Amino acid sequence: MRRALGDIDGVRSALIATVSAVVVFGGGALVVVRSPNWPRVRQQFFNGDDFVEAWPQVLDGFWLNLELFAYAMLLIPVVALAVAVLRSLRGPAFWPVRLVAVVYTDVFRGIPLILLILLLGFGVPALDISGLPRSSTFWGIIALTLSYSAYTAEIYRSGIDAVPESQTASARALGLTQWQSLRFAILPQAIRNVVPALMNTVVSLQKDVALISVLGVRDAVREAQIYTTRTFNYTSFVVATLLFLAISIPLTRFVDWFIARDRAVRSQTMVG
Amino acid sequence: MKARTLIVAVAALATVATACGDDSDATSDAGTDCNTLPTVQEGVLTVATGETVFPPWMGAGEDDFDDPTTGTGYEGALVYALAAELGFDAGDVTFVRTGFDEVIAPGEKDWDFNIQQYSITAARDEVVDFSDGYYQVEQAIIGRADGPAAGASTLDDLRSVRVGAALGTTSLDYAESVIAPDSDVQVYDDNAAAKAAFDAGQVDAIVFDLPTAYYITAVEITDASIIGVLPRSDDAPEELGMLFEEGNPLVSCVNSALTALRDGGTLAAIEDEWLNQGGSIPSITD
Repeated sequence: MRRALGDIDGVRSALIATVSAVVVFGGGALVVVRSPNWPRVRQQFFNGDDFVEAWPQVLDGFWLNLELFAYAMLLIPVVALAVAVLRSLRGPAFWPVRLVAVVYTDVFRGIPLILLILLLGFGVPALDISGLPRSSTFWGIIALTLSYSAYTAEIYRSGIDAVPESQTASARALGLTQWQSLRFAILPQAIRNVVPALMNTVVSLQKDVALISVLGVRDAVREAQIYTTRTFNYTSFVVATLLFLAISIPLTRFVDWFIARDRAVRSQTMVG
Repeated sequence: MKARTLIVAVAALATVATACGDDSDATSDAGTDCNTLPTVQEGVLTVATGETVFPPWMGAGEDDFDDPTTGTGYEGALVYALAAELGFDAGDVTFVRTGFDEVIAPGEKDWDFNIQQYSITAARDEVVDFSDGYYQVEQAIIGRADGPAAGASTLDDLRSVRVGAALGTTSLDYAESVIAPDSDVQVYDDNAAAKAAFDAGQVDAIVFDLPTAYYITAVEITDASIIGVLPRSDDAPEELGMLFEEGNPLVSCVNSALTALRDGGTLAAIEDEWLNQGGSIPSITD
């Protein structure tokens, strides 16, 4: 009896939800489409012919964005972890090392990413130091890595700080050195603490890769701009937007799922 | 007799009516009243130009860099000559700065016209209006004397070179469609970024209009030189024009003033003063 009632309730809520959605979204869509400016907006931003024409070039550029994203994703966790660990080292002998880590995070979080990209992308090759690569994609990746690893290092640091002191104490009591206790006891817990924040940074990085276009690199944004300045139609920007969303939305949903699953696992294994 | 009078009367009335009626036709030459100019701000000529202006176009005097109000440089001198012709005092001219490609878009502008070496093209003309051409411009390509582009004499020689150009310029269109290099043309936000990339060795050659190329190789990047003047892509010469909001009635008045300057020899004199670089430049052939 109770289950039957539950079913009816479920069906009823589903129906109400559907009607509500139709009213809200349908009504909203009607208002937009009926507005006097819609035909022009549609022609400028959502033009089918321009979409098809801009698609190949913008997609080409987008592969470059993904490539740079991949390189950065390899470098950033490594550099960030190094900086965070250096900062957490105890003892007066390590003071200069801690200072370097502090200065690093302060400086690279303080510089706007676009400025850093311009500084490194145009400025460093112009110094003509032999042996240093000149490529704009190389320096773009370096700039992204330096900036994002500063943020990520702080995230790691907060994770490390969140691990209770007693963990370090017990590890040392068991005879582990500082390095060993870090590696086997502290860091695994620390990283697990901050996975949500880390994944947020990943989603953010995936979009900031577009800033590399200021170096003349023909990524999705630059290709979209080239199309627009040639045809005065903005549909190419919509193409680029859809491509970025095609990656970032699934990524965000995956992050949400991962966090929920991690929470569920943790609450099951927590000792009551 | 009566019929003839009637016809004459009607004809006379019709002529008068058309003459009066023209005032409401904003885009006809006869209609716009150039004595009370329809400027954005009454009594003031608001001229837009680039965010940074460069010689030989503006700010070309000794200590004048980036100062359009000095009236130095080809476009600087042209603006003040036009203003005088239109009946403005030098003090009634104000400058605002804009980017280059973002204003080539439909929509209202809050300045009277924009002058920053805009080439008149049919595609652009559909979204904005241009004055008559004030200068015939050629495209040139610059590179280092010891770089991959040095010594190029035909377009084929340039195909293997890494070429750069600024976004939204006819230089870019030219580089992509006529030079069509093997590797993608590198596209920069503006000429300044293109120069930075050239300095950084990320491109071997950049396409600029000839006067700008002269200035850059003479003053800014002295170890670069003009590899050559590029051949025209079609028969019509490329002309620079002032950019207006579409349908701006001011265009006809400015055109009349420009014609007056041309006929009076002022335009040629300004060109002689600011754009005559002398010396011979190699030409790149097809």
